[in-house]
Amino acid sequence: MTDQFKIAGRNVKSRFLLGTGKFPSNAVMRSAIVASRAQIVTAALRRVDLDSEEENLLAHIPEGTIMMTNTSGARDAGEAVRIARLSRALGAGDWIKIEVIADNKHLLPDNAETIKAAAILAAEGFIVMPYFNPDLADARRLRDAGAASLMPLGAPIGTNKGLCTKELIKILVAEMDLPVIVDAGLGRPSHAAEAMELGAAAVLVNTAVASARDPVRMAGAFALAVEAGRSAWLAGPGSVSETARASSPLTGFLG
Amino acid sequence: MSFYNIHSSRRGGLDGLLKSATDGDISRALERETPGEEDFLAFLSAGAAGRLEELAVKANERGLRNFGRVIQLYAPLYLGNFCENECVYCGFRRSSRIARKKLDLEEVENEAKALSRSGIRDVLMLTGESRTLTPPAYLAACAELLKRYFASVSVEVYPLGREEYAELVSAGADGLAIYQETYDEELYAELHPSGPKRDYRGRLDAPERGCLAGMRRVNVGALLGLSDFRREIFFTGLHAAYLRDSFPGVEISVSLPRLRPQQGGFSPLSEVSDRDFVQAMLALRLFLPRAGISVSTRESGGFRKDLIGLGVTRMSAGSRTGVGGYSSPERTEGQFSVSDKSGLEAVKSLIRARGYQPVMKDWQ
Repeated sequence: MTDQFKIAGRNVKSRFLLGTGKFPSNAVMRSAIVASRAQIVTAALRRVDLDSEEENLLAHIPEGTIMMTNTSGARDAGEAVRIARLSRALGAGDWIKIEVIADNKHLLPDNAETIKAAAILAAEGFIVMPYFNPDLADARRLRDAGAASLMPLGAPIGTNKGLCTKELIKILVAEMDLPVIVDAGLGRPSHAAEAMELGAAAVLVNTAVASARDPVRMAGAFALAVEAGRSAWLAGPGSVSETARASSPLTGFLG
Repeated sequence: MSFYNIHSSRRGGLDGLLKSATDGDISRALERETPGEEDFLAFLSAGAAGRLEELAVKANERGLRNFGRVIQLYAPLYLGNFCENECVYCGFRRSSRIARKKLDLEEVENEAKALSRSGIRDVLMLTGESRTLTPPAYLAACAELLKRYFASVSVEVYPLGREEYAELVSAGADGLAIYQETYDEELYAELHPSGPKRDYRGRLDAPERGCLAGMRRVNVGALLGLSDFRREIFFTGLHAAYLRDSFPGVEISVSLPRLRPQQGGFSPLSEVSDRDFVQAMLALRLFLPRAGISVSTRESGGFRKDLIGLGVTRMSAGSRTGVGGYSSPERTEGQFSVSDKSGLEAVKSLIRARGYQPVMKDWQ
């Protein structure tokens, strides 16, 4: 059975997406991308410096990688749209992760502004990947706005707390036809495996890899966990029971 | 709405609280996921001074999760040193017999060219306090000009009104730094005997006006060495927390400027040792896990290197604190003597040597 991962009609080779922030150097970031086998990586336009070869992180992204610029720093839809357009003008392509955060204490996304930005950017031909609080009504609004995927948070950015929004993500997976990519908060490969076992199409990780003692090794560990979790989902895990089940059923005599 | 009300309500009994924190209080504070005011006091207490390694381990972990292994670099650009104030600790004070200078726009552009050629993408423009010689319209013109050369332009100038800050934002400024110097109102009056800076409350509310005016980043702090550092850092932290909670869309950060001995002929009124400085930084990192923390070239290169991993997220580099210092070095005397005289590349190497990445640009 083939297990194609498609976004906006395009085949994507890996279900592990990697963020490029917080790494100790661009060289380590590059090695981590290679080890992760990620095909899509995301970078904040605010950090991209095309004027400097040394600082330009885009120059350190391996060839064949799909660059998905993110709108980190945007506080409303207008700023997100401005950043996305600037990114396209700079030649960074059409993949855009919409990240609108107006709360610097918890770094939680603003769904209403994200939906507004999604509608504008999808109409302009961007491949829109919105980061949002997992809410079914908003997921439908994002779909109607033209989003190519849904990127609900597992836990607040940078917390490494894992799949705190598990029940809500299960609902999104069950109800939405778009790929659900769990973004933010996954702190360990086991969290990523858990998200994949629930039926997430992919996961996006940054802090847990970049802040590990050995980011390159951790990138590889996440890649394996994502593959394992996906295989488990495809295999259809047995149901979990709170009580023991007799191997000889109690009603077996009924035939 | 004003931080003044919070400040007034917390002044009493503070010294006692800072002394009375027990070992148990400190341990509980260290275990707390979101430390509150009492925990912040415990981190700053005399008792915690003997447990800095424990604070450091926790602060390092917090810093890594929120900022990763990255240090943002910036440089100051002095536009003018005319000043109507008489701040007793400042080399630019009105009675100081120094050469006075204000850059015209052509000179500002020359400075911008020289500084941006060095690789700096994040600039902090500064002036003394003279509304007549360096008026808000001049500051706005400078911000507009600098924005053509830098990705981010911050201002550290005299307190402005909300509308004036809004004009700077329209001109391209995205960050505001304004330090209270001391949160001790009585001492403040003594240290600022004349000039517009005497208005303690007007200065205290300036960061809030900046937030209301649409600044993206607002930075507060106290000048360490004027009063007991524990009290000053406590109020710096509370001020930042107040702004963060009142303006969630604004990135609030703190700075730790420390007076150097004999700077401008002024000796610190209260000694702040390296150990005290580190405790201050750790306490701030633990109390405000998402706040940026800046350290300037007032501190030596070696000390700054040791601070990496303990909470600092921004550093100035290759700084010249004289007016016109980049395009024509040694043009005027600096506001303070720079301890870390390393050039930008040397600072970058130092950061890399600690396993961190120097980042020049963090906004567009």
